[in-house]
Amino acid sequence: MHLYNLTLQHATAAPQAIVGNFSGARQQEIIVSHGTRLELLRPDVQTGKITTVIASDAFGSIRSLAAFRLTGGNKDYAIVGSDSGRIVILDYDPKTSAFVKVHQETFGKSGARRIVPGQYLAVDPKGRSVMIAAMEKAKLVYILNRDAAANLTISSPLEAHRNAAIIHHIVGVDVGFENPMFAALEVDYTESDQDPTGEAFNNADKLLTYYELDLGLNHVVRKWSEPTDPRANLLVQVPGGQLASSDRYDGPSGVLHRVPIPRRKHPLEDKDRGVIITSAVMHKMKGAFFFLLQSEEGDLFKVTIDHEDEEVKTLKIKYFDTVPIASSLCILKSGFLFVAAEFGNHQLYQFQKLGDDDIEPEFSSTDYPSFGMSEPTLALPRAYFRPRPLENLALADEMESLNPILDAKVMNLLPNSDSPQIFTACGRGARSTFRTLRHGLEVEETVSSDLPGIPNAVWTTKVKEDDPFDSYIILSFVNGTLVLSIGETIEEVQDTGFLSSAPTLAVQQIGADALLQVHPHGIRHVLADRRVNEWRVPQGKTIVAASTNKRQVVVALSSAELVYFELDLDGQLNEYQDRKAMGSTVLALSIGEVPEGRQRTPFLAVGCEDQTVRIISLDPESTLETISLQALTAPPSAICIADMLDASINRSQPTMFVNIGLQNGVLLRTVLDPQNGQLTDTRTRFLGTRPVRLIRVQIQHQPAILALSSRTWLNYTHQNLMHFTPLIFDNLDYAWSFSAELSPEGLIGITGSVLRIFQIPKLGTKLKQDAMPLTYTPRKFISHPTNNYFYCIEADHRVLGEAAVEQKLQELRAKGQTIDEEVLNLPPEQFGRPKAPAGTWASCIRIIDPVEGKTVSVVHLDNNEAAFSLAILPFAARNNELHLVVGTAQDTFLSPRSCTSGFFRTYSFTNEGTGLELLHKTETDDVPLSLMGFQGRLVAGVGRALRIYEMGKKKLLRKVENKTFGSAIVSLNTQGSRILVGDMQESVSFAVYKAPENRLLVFADDTQPRWITCSTMVDYTTVAAGDRFGNVFINRLDLKVSDQVDDDPTGAGILHEKGLLMGAPHKTKMLCHFHVGDMVTSIHKVSLVAGGREVLLYTGLHGTVGILVPLVSKEDVDFISTLEQHIRTEQTSLVGRDHLAWRGYYVPVKATVDGDLCEMFARLPPSKQSAIASELDRTVNEVLKKLEQLRVTASGF
Amino acid sequence: MSSELRYTANTQLEHLHARYTGTGHADLSKYDWLTHQHRDTLATVVGHPTLTSFLAIADGEATGRVKFEMTERMLQPCGPPPAKDED
Repeated sequence: MHLYNLTLQHATAAPQAIVGNFSGARQQEIIVSHGTRLELLRPDVQTGKITTVIASDAFGSIRSLAAFRLTGGNKDYAIVGSDSGRIVILDYDPKTSAFVKVHQETFGKSGARRIVPGQYLAVDPKGRSVMIAAMEKAKLVYILNRDAAANLTISSPLEAHRNAAIIHHIVGVDVGFENPMFAALEVDYTESDQDPTGEAFNNADKLLTYYELDLGLNHVVRKWSEPTDPRANLLVQVPGGQLASSDRYDGPSGVLHRVPIPRRKHPLEDKDRGVIITSAVMHKMKGAFFFLLQSEEGDLFKVTIDHEDEEVKTLKIKYFDTVPIASSLCILKSGFLFVAAEFGNHQLYQFQKLGDDDIEPEFSSTDYPSFGMSEPTLALPRAYFRPRPLENLALADEMESLNPILDAKVMNLLPNSDSPQIFTACGRGARSTFRTLRHGLEVEETVSSDLPGIPNAVWTTKVKEDDPFDSYIILSFVNGTLVLSIGETIEEVQDTGFLSSAPTLAVQQIGADALLQVHPHGIRHVLADRRVNEWRVPQGKTIVAASTNKRQVVVALSSAELVYFELDLDGQLNEYQDRKAMGSTVLALSIGEVPEGRQRTPFLAVGCEDQTVRIISLDPESTLETISLQALTAPPSAICIADMLDASINRSQPTMFVNIGLQNGVLLRTVLDPQNGQLTDTRTRFLGTRPVRLIRVQIQHQPAILALSSRTWLNYTHQNLMHFTPLIFDNLDYAWSFSAELSPEGLIGITGSVLRIFQIPKLGTKLKQDAMPLTYTPRKFISHPTNNYFYCIEADHRVLGEAAVEQKLQELRAKGQTIDEEVLNLPPEQFGRPKAPAGTWASCIRIIDPVEGKTVSVVHLDNNEAAFSLAILPFAARNNELHLVVGTAQDTFLSPRSCTSGFFRTYSFTNEGTGLELLHKTETDDVPLSLMGFQGRLVAGVGRALRIYEMGKKKLLRKVENKTFGSAIVSLNTQGSRILVGDMQESVSFAVYKAPENRLLVFADDTQPRWITCSTMVDYTTVAAGDRFGNVFINRLDLKVSDQVDDDPTGAGILHEKGLLMGAPHKTKMLCHFHVGDMVTSIHKVSLVAGGREVLLYTGLHGTVGILVPLVSKEDVDFISTLEQHIRTEQTSLVGRDHLAWRGYYVPVKATVDGDLCEMFARLPPSKQSAIASELDRTVNEVLKKLEQLRVTASGF
Repeated sequence: MSSELRYTANTQLEHLHARYTGTGHADLSKYDWLTHQHRDTLATVVGHPTLTSFLAIADGEATGRVKFEMTERMLQPCGPPPAKDED
């Protein structure tokens, strides 16, 4: 088996984000690390919207990012610390729109290791050096400078190691132009490792150590070390240091000022819990600076320092606002705050004010004795604030993020959809959502209005060439034409010069200020002064097809003749003297736009009933001569010539594409060679069941093509590459561009008798998301086999359940405490829920209607129970009636796993699945992490035991048990009497249930330990699974063993077989292995296109959606793996990670080709493309076509 | 192996152990080995964003808190060392 891995949706989590002037323009940009991918975002200062400039795969794990600017420079570089054992400096090149590796310095082994730097980065604020540190011991300092040609140079590394020191954080200290200085927060473990009494551990000092880079001597010295608070976790740079001429502050004077971190005044506050700051940002303005710190609950605090020169007078902290918990905060000079959320959507806020003059209580170090340092070992008295809705910030934009995907299902549930949707349970805590992902572009409808009849076509037109917006909408009906004018309102107009008594075939604004209408009996040329020149069709003939542009008109007559007109310099439309007889009825015609600075386009494409397309010259030398001919598989229904940019074909100028739509719903895309007019590089795509219609439109000032069939598709250029994506919108019968003041970039279309104006806001996205809120973190969900509902279990650790909250409030009320209802009722989506001690759970079961996108009902669990697994199954003992079984546990602790009792809650469905009725609860001794229906019974993984239960009157009855599993059973799959058991640490084992003897026997397992997260059966002997470290793999059982086990009626043979390698008697063989780079949370065997092959679709925790496509022929395998090999040598990773090593992070990659890497072929420079293609004995186009075909046939993307 | 060579090999080994923290040797105690294992694991959890996210979701804590607690635990992941024998 050979697989081809393609990522459909890249990870959307943002573990880190930095801000800087990366393109060197005045505007600031944001670089977001998505873990394995870098994305450059540009916030629009005017609209407050974020757009993606580029995103590129790093093929490595990005651990740290820092923006860096040389002294006196005007451009920021991005420094990347990763798991490659290398430091990489990236430069964004706006010309090629790509990240360019400026420097790549190797310092250690690859991998996220303890003593290999890469985890922390700190830059000198004056841009002279950078420190890169590991989790322990290793710190390297590089000196950055510029050479005579103003290029960035990097020195060899200087070591600032400190043995046995665990590093918590590092930061660059602002010392002005003194020697660069770095501060590190370190703990030494030498003594606590030697002291059996544990005293040294308790007294271990957390040291704040300053490292000075002596630029003169070119080495790093440890300057000072000063113990600080043992729970310190974060360092923030304070600006200043320009006046460091006095030696008064030479050396540390201990902590000078201290303020408490304010806590929420919440009635349900857990008083034993501390609060830490998890992210911080410093912002410098003219003559002032402030800090925004975010606590782990999401509250932002504004910290200011009053100082006189270098002497700090007071340190003040006050509550600012509450935003989602961020992994990074970025303040832009234009007054925006970018919050890269640790989970859920990322947000861009605009500062409304800086919280300077509000009534928020401020805590100042001067309020405490000795600036809060009178007793440094003791905590300061607690400070409280009242959380409130946003006051200083306003939400400007949101970036959708699927992170984290905890479970997913792929099904086709929506009506009128021919491809399946991906349903995902996303998010954490109160920000959780249930999202439906559909392949396609989002459409925003602005106008929808009913028309008197059913039009068959619609056009818009300007009146003059240089008008900014369209003036008329022309609707063609079977027996007439309607002209509407676009103004403040849209109304019918009469005196436009258009013939209203006949249908229209084409409308064109022609020349400088004239209009043109083609109708079945002639062509009307409406001049600016409303005079009409009409060309009439000879008696007995009609026009059947027409195509126009600004200077040319071609019409086809019913007598299979072509008539060609061209505008002369006086603005007169002249007929070419000859008519061209085609010999077969013309079905479709197309001419391209007039190229800039030219008189005419030289090619005409004609589609005839004899299933051919001919390219005809319009050149004055050879007018109406046939140049080339292409045979088709069906009669054409539409043709469209468009010049569009596709960097994989030609990166400097647009390519002329001839798109041919066939009556059977297939679209052919060919490239027209401008030299000889030959058609080459044909690619086909099935669009839908109706004959295809093609319309050339403008999307974001770029030519694009709308292809209408039973679905509407848009073919457009995005980031220099061509995309072909369906629109998520009703079927359109016809469409055209629409440009008016209110909707400058719109489209107009007709569906039946409804006229609709719409636009496409987000180009480049392939999956449209529709979200629905959930209460707690979703754990798993399941679909019902007969109704279309999903049943989802949600559970949150360290959160009080509804009943517990009520009880606690009552207790408080009984004690006579007043409860701040306002704080209590703050929306949890924004503020989160108050944290409770470990072992506290809130959980519910939710019934979701995925079609309507709403919750049907919710069942809350009480008694501190949390749901961990669920199954819908028929019980044979109850006439195969379907039941829902939910596995829960009470008072669960995670590490080590324990609970007072586990339960199976057995529910029956009421009201056609919209309600649940609890039948009984069955106690278990451990947490049931997986459940499944099996031959009319329930099979459950309870801790490390696999059991089969039968339905009973008051309880489920345990029938058989097997306790040979390693740690805990997390996944179950079945076919026949075979059960596949995925263990949390010990991979997937094959078990069989032998009914005659009531035996549950494990007969095969894996040779490797695997931390399984999910698994699915590919066939009876094969399993595909994902593990916690980001791998997917496929294991297969030997067919002989499989047969032998099935042939053994009692299982006595297996029972007495000798175990192999301290496990089951047989071992599975690994067929494929691939490191995805994201923790795989679900894996499904599905077909994504109607009638297409089945693929394995997986979802990743950080928001990845990818597929593994089985390659069908040996030829494909050879071709694609050789291609991968070549690109691997050409396209080196952005972070300097070896691609082969990355994809084989834990286990060498096996029989899987990285499609994401192969698709980089389109972005390689042409010389490299052709070199690789010739190595493969193909042309560049053939390679591109093969790649596209692999993607399209497997995923439809 | 001549005694001289053994001697130089040993000094090199010591040097390597000082350089590459966490490398084991023949006389490693169970406690030291376990502590190294745990420190390596904790460091790798902090170093992989997906693993920190996973733990944060399971535990209901912020990722920043998970990273902090993991780093704190690196100081003494397996409790105090066993008391040394008197001899």
